[in-house]
Amino acid sequence: MLSKAVRPGVGHYLHVAFCVAVLFFLIAPILVVVPLSFNAEPYFTFTEGMLRFDADAYSLRWYEQVATSDAWLRALANSFLIGGCATALATGLGTLAALGLANPAMPARPLVMGLLISPMVTPVIISAAGMFFFYSSLGLAQTHFGLILAHAALGTPFVVITVTATLTGFDTNLTRAAANLGAGPWRSFRRVQLPLIAPGVISGALFAFATSFDEVVTVLFMGGLEQRTIPREMWAGIREQISPAILAVATLLIAFAVSLMLVVEWLRRRGAVERGNG
Amino acid sequence: MEEQAKAGGAQDTAPEAGSAPSGDEDEARFGVDAYVEFDDVSKSYDGVEQIVRNLHLTVREGEFLTLLGPSGSGKTTCLMMLAGFEVPTGGAIRINGQAVDAVPPRRRNIGMVFQNYALFPHMTVGANLAFPLEVRGLDKDAVAERIARALQLVRLEGFEDRRPGQLSGGQQQRVAIARALVFEPRLVLMDEPLGALDRRLREEMQFEIRRIQRTLGVTVVYVTHDQQEAMAMSDRVAVFNGGRIEQVAPPEVLYEEPERPFVASFIGDNNLLRGKVAAVDGDTCDVTVGDLTVNAFMVQEHAVGDDVVLAVRPERTGLAAEAGMYTNEFEVQVRDMAFLGDHLRVLTDVGGQTFVVKIPNIVGHGGVLAGERVRIGWATLDCRALRPAEDAAA
Repeated sequence: MLSKAVRPGVGHYLHVAFCVAVLFFLIAPILVVVPLSFNAEPYFTFTEGMLRFDADAYSLRWYEQVATSDAWLRALANSFLIGGCATALATGLGTLAALGLANPAMPARPLVMGLLISPMVTPVIISAAGMFFFYSSLGLAQTHFGLILAHAALGTPFVVITVTATLTGFDTNLTRAAANLGAGPWRSFRRVQLPLIAPGVISGALFAFATSFDEVVTVLFMGGLEQRTIPREMWAGIREQISPAILAVATLLIAFAVSLMLVVEWLRRRGAVERGNG
Repeated sequence: MEEQAKAGGAQDTAPEAGSAPSGDEDEARFGVDAYVEFDDVSKSYDGVEQIVRNLHLTVREGEFLTLLGPSGSGKTTCLMMLAGFEVPTGGAIRINGQAVDAVPPRRRNIGMVFQNYALFPHMTVGANLAFPLEVRGLDKDAVAERIARALQLVRLEGFEDRRPGQLSGGQQQRVAIARALVFEPRLVLMDEPLGALDRRLREEMQFEIRRIQRTLGVTVVYVTHDQQEAMAMSDRVAVFNGGRIEQVAPPEVLYEEPERPFVASFIGDNNLLRGKVAAVDGDTCDVTVGDLTVNAFMVQEHAVGDDVVLAVRPERTGLAAEAGMYTNEFEVQVRDMAFLGDHLRVLTDVGGQTFVVKIPNIVGHGGVLAGERVRIGWATLDCRALRPAEDAAA
């Protein structure tokens, strides 16, 4: 209403221009990958044909190469296996931890909370190096299981934080009501608490999955040839055989990441509506 | 037993309280034995401050008993201990003769209406009502039948498929009541259930809750800080103050025959005058208040020299048109007066202590002006000499 009444001055336009510049700076390096992945030539630059929007200058050959390469397919399978298992572990443990931390009777709450979310603030290279030595002595280095554990540790803080956030708005009278109506702790959790904190649990799980999915440092330290994930394969691809197939994979990952973010946003709104109605 | 004795005594000394149930009716409507019993119950969270102190209270079967008191007086804590959400630090709570200390809330089979209703927001009304029935393993048909009956009772037929968020405050309130009753508990607890409603809806729901309670004959323990609500709904009211019960009695008795200064001032308006007993005669006494001597009815035994508090209701005092209308008559100066439509509020001093006289606005009451000297009075029976609160300083 104010913007209609007051004519915007030069400062306003400068402000808008600055914001646009920032967004462009953030998004351009990512978006430029998308058209390049459809390059018909094995180059990382736009060809003349591409700039003329010549249909022959574009092709799906790099996508085809990815889809038929054993290395890429194995990396994809590894990423989903490790990401999926690590997410399941992180979600279960993180949710339990958040529930425990929400209990007023929990002693030393800030300390435990700090320890649980420390993997988020510790530089990954340090965690990765530490885990490498620790897991090696247990014989877990260069195993899928070891990587799953490592990624679960990195993903758990996200779950703890998102679930804790939803629990702060949770009405404890609801669990009291469930108990009063005769429900045991498990039924009360399954039927009353979990459905209401589900948006937090799911968005935490998505963050945990995304963490594992684009994680390369611990995989470099801990993974062998058999545990190469997509980011690890891209790393190898850039260093060893420079091919636009990497751009095709990158485009797929961008699409995947965007859809994950859309899901998180949708969940957040759904949660808000549900709470607003309640 | 003690309560019943008091209630019985009320009939002898307060013939004007015509609406008070007689002792015999009382016995017929409620079981004689205690259904819920607080036996010397104490509760402290930190081991120092006592939220509830050595509390004794009995609730008879089928009775509507209200725990009334200001916030922090321990009434909600008592309700939570009865529901099992809080554990007493001393004493025992018995339901139907069984100590329930070791019984978790989910096994107590007590219906409860929470202050904010605590309806499950992600479930429909039907699913909310089905919840306690499914826990108890009822089959589908029985569940549907019970839900229909409960919704009929609260006059919300056809609302099964709505979500709580789609209902008004009053409707949510009814659903909460239906959910607390649907599994047919014999005891229902209500924690300030009408606090969130506006005044008109609140008064309507008071009658609704009372109707439902009478229809089913369930025992209700109700918590509120609103004395009018307590008066309107209850068979008996327990007045809480500082973790103790000051008095338990039917509303009429609480109003007509308060036994403690706190009750006298909390239920309705009362003038409280501090004084010393000068002479005792049977169940009346003369009390020195400042430079005046007031004749009062003794609620407890007092001896000459005892400190007492006199409670005189503003509406039981009046202007003495001619001398000898009242057993207590004093000439006082009007400090201030306010015209409030149906009555005049006259502010004066009696024996150096502030005193309010309420004069009904009926033809011929005569004008009273600030600064004027008037003769006011009240009867001995309307002036109750009470033992001062022991911890008046606290």
